[in-house]
Amino acid sequence: MRKELEKYFRTEKLPHIWCPGCSHGILTGAVIRAIDNLKLDQKKICIVSGIGCSSRAPGYMNFYTLHTTHGRALAFATGIKLANPDLKVIVLTGDGDCAAIGGNHFIHAARRNIDITTVVFNNNIYGMTSGQYSPMTPRGAYATTAPYGNIDRSFDLCKLAQSAGATYVARGTVYHIPQLIKLIEKALQHKGFSFVDAVSICPTYFGRKNKMASPVKMMEFIRDASIPIKSAEKLSKEELAGKIVIGEFYEEQAPEYTEEYAKVIEKVREGN
Amino acid sequence: MSSEARLMQGNEACVEGAIAAGMRFYAGYPITPSTEIAELSAEKLPKVGGKFIQMEDEIASMGAVIGASLTGLKAMTATSGPGFSLKQENIGFASLTEVPCVIVNVQRGGPSTGLPTLPAQGDVMQARWGTHGDHPIIVLSPSYVKEVYELTIRAFNLSEKYRVPCILLMDEVVAHMREKVELPDPSTIKIINRKKPAPSIVNYEPYRDYDGDGIPPMASFGEGMSFHVTGLIHDVTGFPSTNARVTEALINRLMKKIFDNLDDILDYESIFVEDAESVVISFGSTARSVLRAVHLMRQEGQKIGMIRLKTIWPFAHKAIQNLSSQVKNLIVAEMNFGQMVETVRASAGGRFNVVGLNKFNGELITPDEVIVKVREVMGHA
Ligand SMILES: Cc1ncc(C[n+]2csc(CCOP(=O)(O)OP(=O)(O)O)c2C)c(N)n1
Ligand code: SF4
Repeated sequence: MRKELEKYFRTEKLPHIWCPGCSHGILTGAVIRAIDNLKLDQKKICIVSGIGCSSRAPGYMNFYTLHTTHGRALAFATGIKLANPDLKVIVLTGDGDCAAIGGNHFIHAARRNIDITTVVFNNNIYGMTSGQYSPMTPRGAYATTAPYGNIDRSFDLCKLAQSAGATYVARGTVYHIPQLIKLIEKALQHKGFSFVDAVSICPTYFGRKNKMASPVKMMEFIRDASIPIKSAEKLSKEELAGKIVIGEFYEEQAPEYTEEYAKVIEKVREGN
Repeated sequence: MSSEARLMQGNEACVEGAIAAGMRFYAGYPITPSTEIAELSAEKLPKVGGKFIQMEDEIASMGAVIGASLTGLKAMTATSGPGFSLKQENIGFASLTEVPCVIVNVQRGGPSTGLPTLPAQGDVMQARWGTHGDHPIIVLSPSYVKEVYELTIRAFNLSEKYRVPCILLMDEVVAHMREKVELPDPSTIKIINRKKPAPSIVNYEPYRDYDGDGIPPMASFGEGMSFHVTGLIHDVTGFPSTNARVTEALINRLMKKIFDNLDDILDYESIFVEDAESVVISFGSTARSVLRAVHLMRQEGQKIGMIRLKTIWPFAHKAIQNLSSQVKNLIVAEMNFGQMVETVRASAGGRFNVVGLNKFNGELITPDEVIVKVREVMGHA
């Protein structure tokens, strides 16, 4: 770790709980680097998570940190942001946390366009509870609760976010870290609900169940499956099957929730 | 400003009391018979610079309330049976993380969607034990519209003082009834705010019992001290621990901060108990019928009294245990199948004949029904 990044970590809490080869550490590092590159005020940042391996990240990060209940990070974060709009609120969540149990909060936070940056540590599996399929597990993949192959269809979280009303939407991967850091930076600078789908790896469960038990194999899989959005635009639906399209999907300036509420207060108080 | 008299609904008195107590954040999801609390909060909060948000469900509402409270705002949510069930996991989170907040549950008939517009008191046990695990909680229950105002303020005060979620357990009758209420001069209202860490503290530990009273001072997100809050069992630094001693110390402290302060937290009214042979125990709107029955029976010369509980949980065991030995019967009147009666029975420890008067059909217990029951129990039906 670079010396100047140490202040962002609770180094006394290390080593972390993650398995060797887990990419949650890489993603935590990417979020920290984005914060550092932007020189954001550390005393103004609040990081909120749900429950899962990924949601343990805030415990290692030296900010106001809140580890909530499974799926509910965005609900707590909405309360924090509306109560104190001066805080930069960042939600770190897992794919199960965000898209299954937290799916409703996710679409409504996006719909309100509240100024929260959400980064989903998307490893396509429930890591913490040992490898059950998540809404992001691809069809045909194996999981402890899909011993004969997963028949569920998965989400495209970026499309979901965009259609729900998110005003910044991007996808990166743990293989393409410089790009991912840039995407998180853009998300953090964006006013409104910003969303980064960070495709990651769980070698312990997803890997082992799907013949990619080594972290390197999983990284190679992500490298080979990834395709930049510009190139993806030229491909047919069939050609895109199984690909991970990465890059910036959507950006729009739209009224932000807490600013709109501030206007309500102003209007009501003028009328008094 | 002098006091003003107004005709007011219970739900309205709740919002007035909450704002007087310092509520500046409300998150909720509409449900009968609590909805007026959301509507009035939406109208009144921005006028005092506060925030209102209608969330996507009750789980989210409870989460948002806790988040807001962590930034230092006094926060409340209101709901009824089905929504109260949904809030439970996050109420447990607030209990363990010691985040002050007020949860209003205007009880309606249950279980399930039950009787949305009719009264009940079927959530007595859910209010105490609705969330999993051993946890502290304070539950208050008003009988009059004016008392809704007072107990809402008290709910905020107790919640802030002891860093514990406080539940205002109303019922449909008291929530929707209109009564004349004289609002006190705001300057006369006693307001308690959560204890803040002393400026001299350098390495703030959010769960350290600095003052030895079991209540750690609470910093807010945004104030400058970085700290961690988790729903996992944690040590004094706020970080997770599975150590048995740490766990025991934490749960003990959480419970003790309530049980060491019963004199402050318990609140009940004893009427005609001095020479009573039978005492009716009640709360909420049921207590109004009981009061009427007690007056009528006293006019007939019957030795009857009543205890009206305003603090339901922790339970006022001393109210029962202090009863003199001339008391023979305790009748517990409640609009449910028999919830509080079991606690009263435990408290009586065999000293008194404990009998339930229960109604669970969406109708109020009437004074007549109380009289009939008491006569039956006293053996001259
Ligand atoms: C209400 C509730 N249901 C279930 C669980 C059990 N649980 C804990 S973490 C988890 C899944 C986590 O998966 P994900 O969000 O994808 O994160 P990961 O562990 O893969 O990083 C589940 C089901 C829980 N803690 N709370
Ligand atoms: S189980 Fe998977 S997600 Fe959890 S720490 Fe291990 S590798 Fe990471």
